[in-house]
Amino acid sequence: MSYFERHVLETLIYLPMLAALILVFIPRPQKSLIRWISIASGLALLIMSLYAFIAFDYDGGARFQLQRSYPWLDQLGIAFALGIDGIAAPMVLLTGIVSLAGTIVAANIQRDNKDYYILLFLLIAGVYGTFVSMDLFFFFFFYELAIVPMYLLIGVWGSSSKFKDFDRPKEYGALKLVMMIVAASLLIWVVIIGIYVESGTGSFNIETIMATIDQPGRFSETFQSVMFLMTMVGFGLLAGMWPFHTWSPDGHVAAPTSVSMLHAGVLMKLGGFGIIRIGVMLLPDGLREWALLLFIIGTINVIYGAVSALAQHDLKYVIGYSSVSHMGYVFMGIASMTAVGLTGATLQMFAHGIMTALFFTIVGGIYERTHTRDTLVLNGLASKMKWGTAFFVIAGLASLGLPGLAGFVAELLVFIGAFQTQPILGALGVLGAAITAVYILRLVGRTFYGERDKKWDNLTDLTPREFIAATVLLVPLFYVGLYPQPLLRVIRPGVDAVLAGLGA
Amino acid sequence: MNVDFSLLIPEFILAGAGFLVLLVDLLVPKAQEHRRNVVTAATAVLGLAVTGIVAIATQMDTGERLYDGLLFIDRYALLFKVLFAGIGIAVIVMSVDYVADKMRHPGEYYALIVFAVLGATLMAESGELLTAFISIELLSFSLYVLVGLSRGDARTAEASAKYILLGAISTAIMLYGISQLFGALGTTRFTEMGPLLAGAGGWNLTLITGFVMFVAGLGFKLSMVPFHMWAPDVYEGAPTPITALIATLSKAAAIALLLRFLAEAGSGSVNEWRMPLAVLAAATMIIGSLSALPQTNIKRLLAYSSIAQIGFILVGIVPNTVIGANAVLLHVIGYAFTNLAAFTVVVVIELKLGKESVADFAGLSKRAPVLAMIMTGALFSLAGLPIFAGFLTKFYLFTSAVDKSLEWLVVIAVATSVISLYYYVRVIREMYITETEDGSKLPVPLLLAGLAWVMFAGTIAVGTYPQPFVDATNAAATVLTPWIGL
Repeated sequence: MSYFERHVLETLIYLPMLAALILVFIPRPQKSLIRWISIASGLALLIMSLYAFIAFDYDGGARFQLQRSYPWLDQLGIAFALGIDGIAAPMVLLTGIVSLAGTIVAANIQRDNKDYYILLFLLIAGVYGTFVSMDLFFFFFFYELAIVPMYLLIGVWGSSSKFKDFDRPKEYGALKLVMMIVAASLLIWVVIIGIYVESGTGSFNIETIMATIDQPGRFSETFQSVMFLMTMVGFGLLAGMWPFHTWSPDGHVAAPTSVSMLHAGVLMKLGGFGIIRIGVMLLPDGLREWALLLFIIGTINVIYGAVSALAQHDLKYVIGYSSVSHMGYVFMGIASMTAVGLTGATLQMFAHGIMTALFFTIVGGIYERTHTRDTLVLNGLASKMKWGTAFFVIAGLASLGLPGLAGFVAELLVFIGAFQTQPILGALGVLGAAITAVYILRLVGRTFYGERDKKWDNLTDLTPREFIAATVLLVPLFYVGLYPQPLLRVIRPGVDAVLAGLGA
Repeated sequence: MNVDFSLLIPEFILAGAGFLVLLVDLLVPKAQEHRRNVVTAATAVLGLAVTGIVAIATQMDTGERLYDGLLFIDRYALLFKVLFAGIGIAVIVMSVDYVADKMRHPGEYYALIVFAVLGATLMAESGELLTAFISIELLSFSLYVLVGLSRGDARTAEASAKYILLGAISTAIMLYGISQLFGALGTTRFTEMGPLLAGAGGWNLTLITGFVMFVAGLGFKLSMVPFHMWAPDVYEGAPTPITALIATLSKAAAIALLLRFLAEAGSGSVNEWRMPLAVLAAATMIIGSLSALPQTNIKRLLAYSSIAQIGFILVGIVPNTVIGANAVLLHVIGYAFTNLAAFTVVVVIELKLGKESVADFAGLSKRAPVLAMIMTGALFSLAGLPIFAGFLTKFYLFTSAVDKSLEWLVVIAVATSVISLYYYVRVIREMYITETEDGSKLPVPLLLAGLAWVMFAGTIAVGTYPQPFVDATNAAATVLTPWIGL
């Protein structure tokens, strides 16, 4: 391994932290310099993520690759251990893509952009850390680190919702989001300590703990059953699991654009990733016991989210509920316990992360120009915002699962996996995709086409920065849709290794 | 009998430093208020620093029992000796601007802080009930005077009166408990009490009364539920640096004594006291967190939050294991850094705005961005979020409790953590989100800014690079291994 290869994972954590640290020492009025340093850091992050993804050897036998471990706290068996498997690798790439797009879009922030970027980079460091940690303590450490900056990012830079009969201050969204996620994360805290004690290894390392699961007298079925349920709720909440999803639309609506992008695009994926990492890998008996419940909840997510999106006329609420709906496919894929389904779930996390970030980029752009997100007021924007419309329509088509775009491959795999195990629920999931088509097409028709209101005569199209950010997101959306093989080749061995633990 | 006085050199230095401060106070002419303040503070800081350095230099490898087990000069005592000297220095540095603004007797003020540190140090060294009692009295009397030292404020008078009255009652209860224990066991040395308590074959009424009353007396110092009522009023009324002293020094000293007492005297009979103490720990966490919710004064808020913190610490004491002791010691260190950082910010606010309600923090992110950042870090640390000390130390504490089948206690601890985040976030919201008309910059005194930075750095150091700290606490906790389990 080259020097670079050995240190790439820790660089992914340190780089955003370093960027935040550099920004601390740049005077506040230097807004332009702050912007360029941040965007450069975002670009460096994407390059590093790509590098890690390519350096990942999908033919190699080792489950976790690019491993590094540094002693941290011997007395408690905590080490700063990093490594990625076939499920973490695409997530790292996703984080890189969305981080770059997010830092570019965040350049539109005018007020205190220094503080904004510092918090944004802390969030990014937390997300990377969670994906690449092989030590449960650090997994949780970075998981919490990713949540903490959210409160200030939304509370200070967010926007309040004001409709005639509906008033939601931004503090409401911020507090609801942070309190609910932290409350759920404490379940994970209990699970991690429980697993640590139950394994009897005196180590928080995932691989070390996995080796003890099958030993007699350890990880009894009752233990796994209770712990899996807590894992499912704890991580599920962050992934927008019904009925704990309510923070998600409110939070996304209140958040500034780039935070919505990172949050819906990457942070929610920590939830699905956590269920696979801890729930499926360390508590396989628990998954078997609760698979049906997870399946049913996943299906409810899909339908409930889609129907709720149907009723909304705030652009961000539509996207927020569509995220709830799409994360349902992730739960369905995991609950199917098949290789195809789990691959689909992982790919769905990737695809949804990209498309939802693209949605928020355009919606944020519209909001900054019109100062409204009400689809009853926004009409016929297409003639003024040609590029904006194009990007939004493509994201929408990916969202409703049009072949040729990333969403299609992912949903197809999930459906195949679902039909193998629970055909009826799988069919309901397809119904959800149909409802998605209804609300997306209706939204596109109403907002972008049709007669233009005079108010919008002076509307301008996307700025070059917004255009670049949208393109960064558009490329992988098409690439994965047309040629998913590189991603699938990485995901598949990771999924197989996970399923080997399940004995399936 | 070991009567090697050289082992007590750090304590002699401390006592000497206290008297030296009083002497220096007399030498500087009365008219030169500012000079008197600075010189006495510097003398006290110097005395504390020398104490800490001498202790580290000479006592790294000692494990001596002085006077046939009245005082233990070991790594456990050393850890606290250094910690207390550090807390003393921090509180004095925090006080310099405060004293110049609000007090008239700098000499007495700083000397009493040094004596309080001496009392706390002796508490951590005590291996015997009466020695412990006298040390507690030395600490308490210094604090009684310090709380009431700034005259002319009704709240201070109330706080002082309440503290003295309740303190006196708790002392009486503790002394009665000690007499019961002595009457039943015929000894007051912890290590000799251990086998007798274990061999009693179930405790009789005398033993229960004695044990409960002694722990209750300590519980008052700790503000453990149900002995916590004094804390909010005293925290609010006392001069803010003294509030910080009570929150860190006095609590840590009581923890040091309780942990040693329960390990050396109580290990054999752990089944007698584990459940009651676990229930009190749960009650302390729940009542502390819930009562903090409606508070509008920052000092009262921190008082209730410190009650909840004591509950968390008890979670590590209840299992009676080395890993638990380790977690407790680490939490005490992290908690000291965190609280001192928070109180430094409160002192600045109080000095510059003259008020200390939560609403007065409004717009602090604009008026003093660095202070707002440090306060946010301290509050996140108290709430147990990374990268700050509280995250790791709470993780450690809760892990140690699961080891001893105290899962229910961990679940309560975790649940109260969420509640606590809610009231900490309220302060952060004032600082960052609430808009204010008065956006003028707050001038931050250099000394206080430096202190806040150091404490903030300490909070992050414990949270991100804990190995050196854990090595120290582990060496201290290992002292207890002959008595408690792993």
